[in-house]
Amino acid sequence: METIRLRKGLNLHLKGEAQKKVLQTLVPEVVSVKPSDFRNMVPKLLVAEGDAVKAGQFLFSDKKRPQIGFASPVSGTVKAIVRGEKRKLLAVEVAADKETSYVQFEPLTVSKASRQEIQKVLLESGLWAGIIQRPYGIIANPEDTPKAIVISAFNSAPLAADINFTLKNDADAMQIAVDALSKFTNGKIYVNLDAETGNGSPLNLLRNVEKTMFKGPHPAGNVGVQINHLCPIGKGEIVWTIQPHFLAAMGKLISKGIYDVSRLVAVTGPRAVNPGYVKCVPGVHIKDLRAAAGSVDSENIYGQPTGIRFVSGNPLNGENVGADGSLDFYDDSVTFLSEGNYRELFGWAKIFRPKKFSMSRSYFSWLCPKKQYSADTNVNGGERAFIVSGVYDKVLPMDIYPVYLLKAILAEDIEKMEQFGIYEVIGEDFALCEYVDPSKIEIQKIIDKGIDLMLKEMA
Amino acid sequence: MNWILKTMDKMRPTFSKGGKLGWLHSTYDAFETFAAVPATTTTGRVHIKDAVDIKRVMIVVVMALMPAFCFGMWNTGDQHSLAFGLQWGFWMKVWYGFYRILPLILVSYIVGLGIEFAVAQVRGHEVNEGYLVTGFIIPLIMPIDIPLWVLALAVAFAVIFGKEIFGGTGMNIWNPALLARAFVFFAYPSTITGDSVWIGGLGKHADKVVDGFSGATPLAQVADGIAGAPDFMQMFIGNIPGSVGETSTIAILLGAILLIWTGVASWKIMVSCVAGALAVGFLANGLAEPGTFAAYPAVNHLVMGGFAFGAVFMATDPVSSAQTETGKWIYGFLIGAMCVILRLFNPGYREGMMLAILLMNTMAPLIDWCVVRKNVRRREKRAVAK
Repeated sequence: METIRLRKGLNLHLKGEAQKKVLQTLVPEVVSVKPSDFRNMVPKLLVAEGDAVKAGQFLFSDKKRPQIGFASPVSGTVKAIVRGEKRKLLAVEVAADKETSYVQFEPLTVSKASRQEIQKVLLESGLWAGIIQRPYGIIANPEDTPKAIVISAFNSAPLAADINFTLKNDADAMQIAVDALSKFTNGKIYVNLDAETGNGSPLNLLRNVEKTMFKGPHPAGNVGVQINHLCPIGKGEIVWTIQPHFLAAMGKLISKGIYDVSRLVAVTGPRAVNPGYVKCVPGVHIKDLRAAAGSVDSENIYGQPTGIRFVSGNPLNGENVGADGSLDFYDDSVTFLSEGNYRELFGWAKIFRPKKFSMSRSYFSWLCPKKQYSADTNVNGGERAFIVSGVYDKVLPMDIYPVYLLKAILAEDIEKMEQFGIYEVIGEDFALCEYVDPSKIEIQKIIDKGIDLMLKEMA
Repeated sequence: MNWILKTMDKMRPTFSKGGKLGWLHSTYDAFETFAAVPATTTTGRVHIKDAVDIKRVMIVVVMALMPAFCFGMWNTGDQHSLAFGLQWGFWMKVWYGFYRILPLILVSYIVGLGIEFAVAQVRGHEVNEGYLVTGFIIPLIMPIDIPLWVLALAVAFAVIFGKEIFGGTGMNIWNPALLARAFVFFAYPSTITGDSVWIGGLGKHADKVVDGFSGATPLAQVADGIAGAPDFMQMFIGNIPGSVGETSTIAILLGAILLIWTGVASWKIMVSCVAGALAVGFLANGLAEPGTFAAYPAVNHLVMGGFAFGAVFMATDPVSSAQTETGKWIYGFLIGAMCVILRLFNPGYREGMMLAILLMNTMAPLIDWCVVRKNVRRREKRAVAK
């Protein structure tokens, strides 16, 4: 097995890592399914309040690609259709049954099934949404044949769920899924393992795939970084990616004929009392997860009271969903962080600032590399123009000049964006660039803007 | 300490938009964010941020300038006492230096920050920290006897035409501090050239000078003939006539260590700058007839004039230097090479570092373009090859 060594990047050590134990199997009262989880998708509502739905039945579909639908993860009754300004659909709330009843699809035997049959069940169940294409990080197009399918078997982001733990019993289901996916591409299926812990990974048991080890700090586990090293994407090329927990769900769908997207979700963060794993479906409410792991409800930073930020995802790539929010479709972790709405007297001028981590040696956190920090959401400064050069390159292990790409996006120069690599990146690949940036520029938002621009131009 | 925060809470409404002094809100913000890191929180998908900000980066550069500044204070007094035959002790020399440099620094900061604050106010931006460094560097690269009104004009020129018309810190093409020096050099050459400007009081009281004291900088002495120039060690230590902060190579090296250790300035630029100067220097040594300036030991170029200060503090300005890592090697090398070429072949003005850096500031985007172009080509080929 080949090992690819990445030197660029940064591992952040944060307080509140999930203990490897299952705290609870959550049977939610209500789940929310949100169109905003799906990039570049305009929803068409398919149910009304009061309708009874089963797990695997569509709640809404994509207006532009009606064959792609989004299913309820539980059975129950549609409790509410939540709309925002201009009647924009924000969420469909489903009051869940105690026992989930599933839409029964026909189980398939992978070796005998054709691409069309597998595609049909993936689309009809709503699990197709788990397949993401590069470029742009949007739901894959069923008509495409990708040049490769790439699966990252580990998440290197801080406080992310440990896939070796969450999927340890799902190797068989994942094998069915990769065998099924192999019918969609003429190229390889890449499975990328962590060089440190990959030998114990359930994905290391997979057969008929091309396995590669990645050694190095975050973002070594980002599938975009891995693609850049294994099968870089040029203009007109498409690579599909899928998260391991969707592989497991896909295996269950194909072998048993049910849409079961339940997964082990890491409840983490400095404000979680008892960080650990909860078995649940996407769409469960944060308050249920909060009850399972407990939360530190009041905490002072520099003598000032701070609230909690509830993030679906990890601190470097997640959505601020709020205390009333719910778990995103794609996420397998939630993070409870302190809101950084405090002021720190002469913070930037202090010689020592022991509560804060910095990659820069102008602070002294390099002295204790293993120390865990209680990170909060303070920006730690004001936004400036691009001033310091070279700092972004240190955390982006891709053959890309980040500042040039960002400036091309700001200038809305499509040709330059193509040349500088817009096809190969999505926001999460630039998360560390934004984290370390002394100019405090919102780099992920710039990348998102660039991708939206490309989607608009290419449509 | 909380009283500071409370006072700020009380003052803020007055300075907010709609308040009595609302038109001063950028200025107020600058002071408030100086006193305390603001309570702003992240809004995107990245929820946490590194502790470092531009204020921290800039304060590190100011700290790195301190050895050169302190040495400059002492040296100003030392040169003055040498020139006038005074038997001053250490503290008297430092006091004299402080007393002479303080007005330069005050003028630099008052004029420069005044313009910065006004522009930030008009644009509705936050005040940039860049001038904290620029404003400190400018007095250090001027002769001690520069008239304050010339300094004020130079600062205004540098801030307005060097920075603000491009959009402020981060957008400028040339290093603003060097632009101030270039402005003085071209607009008021008599205040920055000749033998009498480098030592405090020498211009005004030329009659009281000790017999045989010239006040010429080593660079001028060497250019007139190698004999009589100070030796390497004296220039390395720096008790020689010259601009306030750039005489002592050893003090500048202390700053360089801090800059490289903290990663604030690029070591690649510093190293390649030295390499470029040595390459041209040795080449000239090899080809030159003995006794000419070209035969002057190449190593001495590193400790003469503004070379060390320029290589450490100005060539490495992240905004006006090359942005790509490969580009930094080329950019630094060419600065060093160009500096020595200018010294050897430009009899009118021997100090090549200022012009070398400004020239390469102009060329830096071109160097980067070539480097990035190579990357684009490679990426395109990669697509074809597959």
